[in-house]
Amino acid sequence: MTNSQELKETLARISGVDVRKCMRCGKCSGTCPAYDEMEYHPHEFVYMVEKGEIEKLMASPSLYKCLSCFACVERCPRGVEPAKVVEAVRLLVIRQQGCNHMTPDQIPALLDEDLPQQAIVSAMRKYSK
Amino acid sequence: MIFSYYPGCTLKNKAAELDRTARLAAERLGFTLEELPEWQCCGGVFSSARDEIASKLAAVRALAAARDAGHDLVTLCSACHNVLKQANDAMAHDADFAMKANNYMQLETPYHGETRVLHYLEVLRDVVGWDRVAAAVTHPLAGQKVAAYYGCLLLRPGAVMAMDNPENPVIMEDFLRALGADPVIYPYRNECCGGYITLEDPDLAAKKSRQVADSAAGFGAQQMVTACPLCLYNIHKNAADGPEICYFTELLAQALGVGGKGARDDQ
Amino acid sequence: MQRIGVFVCWCGSNIAATVDVEAVAEALSHEPGVVFSANYQYMCSEAGQNLIKDAIRDHQLTGVVICSCSPRMHEQTFRKTAAAAGLNPYMVEIANIREQCSWIHKDKAAGTEKAIILGRAAVAKVHLNAPLVAGESPVTKRALVIGGGIAGIQTALDIADAGFEVDIVEKEPTIGGKMTQLDKTFPTLDCAACILTPKMVDCAQDERIHIYAYSEVEKVEGFVGNFTVTIKKKARFVDETKCTGCGLCTEKCPQKKVPNLFNLGLDTRRAIYIPFAQAVPKVATIDADYCNMLKNGKCGVCAKVCTAGAIDYKQTDQHIEEKYGAIVVATGYNPIKLDSFEEYAYAQSPDVVTSLEFERLTNAAGPTGGTLLRPSDGKHPHTIVFVQCVGSRDTSGCGKPYCSKICCMYTAKHAMLTRDKYPDTEVYVFYIDVRTPGKNFDEFYRRAVEEYGVHYIKGMVGKVAPQADGTLMVQASDLISNEQLHISADMVVLAAAIEPDKSARPLATMLTASMDTNDFFTEAHPKLRPVESPTAGIFLSGACQGPKDIPETVAQAGAAASKVIGLLSKNKLTGNPCVARSDEMLCNGCSSCEKVCPYGAISYEDKEFRMPNRTVAIRRVAKVNPAVCQGCGACTVACPSGAMDLLGFSNRQIMAEVDAICK
Repeated sequence: MTNSQELKETLARISGVDVRKCMRCGKCSGTCPAYDEMEYHPHEFVYMVEKGEIEKLMASPSLYKCLSCFACVERCPRGVEPAKVVEAVRLLVIRQQGCNHMTPDQIPALLDEDLPQQAIVSAMRKYSK
Repeated sequence: MIFSYYPGCTLKNKAAELDRTARLAAERLGFTLEELPEWQCCGGVFSSARDEIASKLAAVRALAAARDAGHDLVTLCSACHNVLKQANDAMAHDADFAMKANNYMQLETPYHGETRVLHYLEVLRDVVGWDRVAAAVTHPLAGQKVAAYYGCLLLRPGAVMAMDNPENPVIMEDFLRALGADPVIYPYRNECCGGYITLEDPDLAAKKSRQVADSAAGFGAQQMVTACPLCLYNIHKNAADGPEICYFTELLAQALGVGGKGARDDQ
Repeated sequence: MQRIGVFVCWCGSNIAATVDVEAVAEALSHEPGVVFSANYQYMCSEAGQNLIKDAIRDHQLTGVVICSCSPRMHEQTFRKTAAAAGLNPYMVEIANIREQCSWIHKDKAAGTEKAIILGRAAVAKVHLNAPLVAGESPVTKRALVIGGGIAGIQTALDIADAGFEVDIVEKEPTIGGKMTQLDKTFPTLDCAACILTPKMVDCAQDERIHIYAYSEVEKVEGFVGNFTVTIKKKARFVDETKCTGCGLCTEKCPQKKVPNLFNLGLDTRRAIYIPFAQAVPKVATIDADYCNMLKNGKCGVCAKVCTAGAIDYKQTDQHIEEKYGAIVVATGYNPIKLDSFEEYAYAQSPDVVTSLEFERLTNAAGPTGGTLLRPSDGKHPHTIVFVQCVGSRDTSGCGKPYCSKICCMYTAKHAMLTRDKYPDTEVYVFYIDVRTPGKNFDEFYRRAVEEYGVHYIKGMVGKVAPQADGTLMVQASDLISNEQLHISADMVVLAAAIEPDKSARPLATMLTASMDTNDFFTEAHPKLRPVESPTAGIFLSGACQGPKDIPETVAQAGAAASKVIGLLSKNKLTGNPCVARSDEMLCNGCSSCEKVCPYGAISYEDKEFRMPNRTVAIRRVAKVNPAVCQGCGACTVACPSGAMDLLGFSNRQIMAEVDAICK
C-alpha cells in the first residue's frame, strides 16, 4: 500500500469525513473568512485529500490559518465538513514527534494583560499535542 | 429553579465580570447557579478528531456531574457552551466515543448524554421568558443602539448547538429588546473575530475583528455585546475606536439595577 | 394431481451468468407433479412463448412455473401466453430468479441453489392454484383533473378534445397556475401570458370542461372506472353566476393592505380581488382573513357597489359529489422556503429575491409595471448577482437532494433579458454546473454569455452581507481563477429549489397513490409507464411527478390525457380476480377486516345458517365487494378466526411455499 493511500485512510478515520461526498461547488471557499491567508483553500483541502495529495497539505502553512469557525461546515450543501478535514491534516502533522506548531515556552512572549485564558488553551489544543 | 453551573477557566480570571454579573442577575430573576464542585477546563475548543478522547473527558465529567446532581447544566462562555454541547452530542450519538469515554472514566453510572446543556441566554428565553426579564427591568436601556455579536461558537454547528437559526439568529436581539434597548442587526454578527488565531497571526485576527466592529458601527451601533471572552478581547484590542464591547450580562445586571456595566472600569 | 411445466429463463446473461439454468431446470424436473422442464435464452421472446404454448398443449399441462424476472415485469406476458394455449392465466406462477437471485448474488453455486429453492416454492404453490375468472365493471365516462396549471389545463383540453367530459379542480380562485406568474418562457422567449391565456379561455369555453375553481378534493372513494369524489367548493362570498368580473368592487374595497400573493407579497391588493386581468373564471373572491365585513360586520362597500348583486356574505363552503372513471393528478410545485439559507440574507434584505419574485419584478403586470426596480428603494439596480442551486442538490438536510432542473435555464433567461433591457447592468451568475440538456437550451445559455455578456462564474456564494449603504456584499468563490470574490451588488436573485405542492401528500393518501421520499408522485414504471401511477385509474401530469419545464409538462400532460382517453373509451374493465373472500362458516362478524380495509370493500350482512337439530341462526358475516377489493391482503392478516383468504394467495398456498423453501 502506498503512503498516500495510508494517509488517506488515517485521515478519514480521524476526521470522519467522506471527501467523495463533495460535489465541487466551492461554497466552503466562498464562505471562508481566512481564505486570503491560505495557500490551499477549503475546497482544495477536500479535493487534494481525495486525490491523495495529503503530504502537500501537511507541508502548507494553511493548516494554521483555519479559524475553526465552522462556517464551511454549516453552509456545505453536501455535509462534507471541510473544517474537520483541515483539522485532521493538522493532527497528522502535530501528532508526529517534535512537530508541535506551538510550544508552552513560546506563550509568555505572546501574552498581554487582557488575553483571556481561553485563547491560550484553545491555541495549545489546536497547535500542539 | 436550580441549575448546575459550569463557569470555565476564563470566567474565574479575565472574564470575572461575565461570571459576577450573571450571578447577580440570576439572583434577581429568581434562579440559582450552583457551581459544579470539581470542574476542570473544557479545553476551549472541541476537537473534531473522532479518535481524540482524553481531551474531551473534562467536559464529559462536568456533564455527568450535572446529571448526578439532577440539574440542567448552564454555561456562559461561548467556548464552554460549544464544547459542552458538542461533547454531550458525541456521548449521545457517537457510540464508539461514548464507550471509550465511559471506559476511561469508570463512572458509577455510565454517561450517555442525559444532561440538558443550556446557555444562560437559553435560560432567559426558555425558562425565565423575555416577558419576565422585561418586567424585572428597573433601569431600561431605552434608546441605546446595541449590536449583538454572536461570533461562531455560540451558534455553530447549528444542528448541535440547537439554539437559534445559525444564519439569522434572534435570541440576543430579543434579549436586548427585553432590556429596552434597540438592537442593531448587521451582517457580520455571526462571523468569526479571528478567535485563537490572535496568537498565531494577530494581523488576521485584527482584520476579522475590524470587519465585525466596522459593520456594527456602520449600522449605528453605540455598544456591542457578546457572550465570549475571546470575542470581547479581539474586538476590544483591534477596534478600540469602534463601539464599546461588553458582556451581555453586564447590560442585564445594569438594567436589573444590580450593578452591571461600568463596575469593571471602576475596579 | 396437477401436471406442471417448468420454464427457466436465462434472460441473456442476466440470470445465466450467476445461475446454472440447466441445473435449475433439471432439479425442478424431479419435483412432484412436474411433467415438463426446459430452459431457454429469452422466455419472453416470441420463440420462448411458443415453447410454453407448445408444452401446454403437448403435455396437457394444468399448471405453469416460469423462473425468470420479477412478476412486475412479465407476469402479464406469460399469463396471456397461457391463456392463448387454453390454460387459465391464473395457473401461471413466476419464480423471481433475477431481481431476487441472480442480480444480487455473485457466487454461482449459491445462486443456483437459491434459484432451485425459489422454483420449488412456486411449484408447491401451483399445486394449490385454482382457475380464477376476473369480474367486469363499467366505466364512468368522465375524468377529473386535480390542479389547473398548465399541466392540468393541457390534460383537460386533450381529454375534452377526444369527446369526454372532464372536470378541473383548482384550489386557487383562477386556473393558470405558476405559468401565469412568469414573464417570458425559455428558450424562445414567448410571453407566458400570450401562450397560456388562450388555453385558459379554451377551458372556459369548452362545454365538456367544467372548472371547479377555488375548490379542493376532499374525499375519494371507489376504484378505476368508478371513482366517487367529494369536492369542496370554498366560499368566495361572491355568486359566480352573477359576477361579471367588472372589477369595480376590487377598486372600491377600503381594505387596501392585503399582501398580493399573485405578486408573491411584493405589493398589496384589496380584500376582494380578482388575481389578475386574464383570470378564468373572471370572478371576484373575498379574502375572509382581511374582509372587515366578514370579520366584524362593519363595511359592506363591495355589496353596495356591485350592480350585479353578486356579493353574498353568507355564502358557505359547498360539497359536491361527482363520479369519474379516471383521475389525473396535476398538483404542480412551489419554490421551497428559504429559512435554512439565511447566509444569503433573504429574510434580512428586501433586495434579495427568489427567481419567481424576479419574474414578477420584470412582468408588465407585476408590482413595478415591468420596470426592474430594487424592492428596497425603487431604484434601478446596476449589479445583479444570480445564485444557482439554492437548496437543490443539497443533502445537508436544509434543502432537496435532487436537481430542480429548470433553474439553469430560467436563470440564463433572467440574465439575458436583464442585459438586453438594461445594458448598463452587470450580471453575474454563480453556478456549480450549467445543465442545459434540451432542444436549443445550451445554445440559449451560450447566447447569454457570448452575445449578452453575462458573467458566468463557476463557484458558489458563501455569504450575502447587506451593507449599511444599502448594497449587498456578495462573498463567493471563483473556482477557475481560485480566488475569493467580493462583489458589491444591488440585487441578489436566488434560484430556490422547487418541491411538490403541499397538497400533494394528503391527496396521495386519499388516492392510495404512492410517492417518493421527496413527495413526488411515483410513476408505474420510470421508463415504460411514466404518466401512470401504480394505482389503477390514477394518472400523473406535470411537476407533481418530478421537476419539469413547460415543454416537458405539456408533453406529459398530453400523454396522461391519451392514457385517460384509452381508459374512458372502454365500456367495461376487467378486474383483478385475486380478491379477498370470507369463509362465512368461520366468520364471527367481529369487524376487524372492515376496519383495516383501505378501499371500503367489506360490508356485513345478516345471514341465516342452519344449525344442529334443525334450528336456524342469524349471524352477521363479512362480505367482500370484488369490484372494489384491490387484493392487498390486509383483511386476511387482521381476521382473528382465519375466515378471510385472498384468492390466488391463500394462506394454504403461502404456507406451501414456505414449507417448500424450508424443506
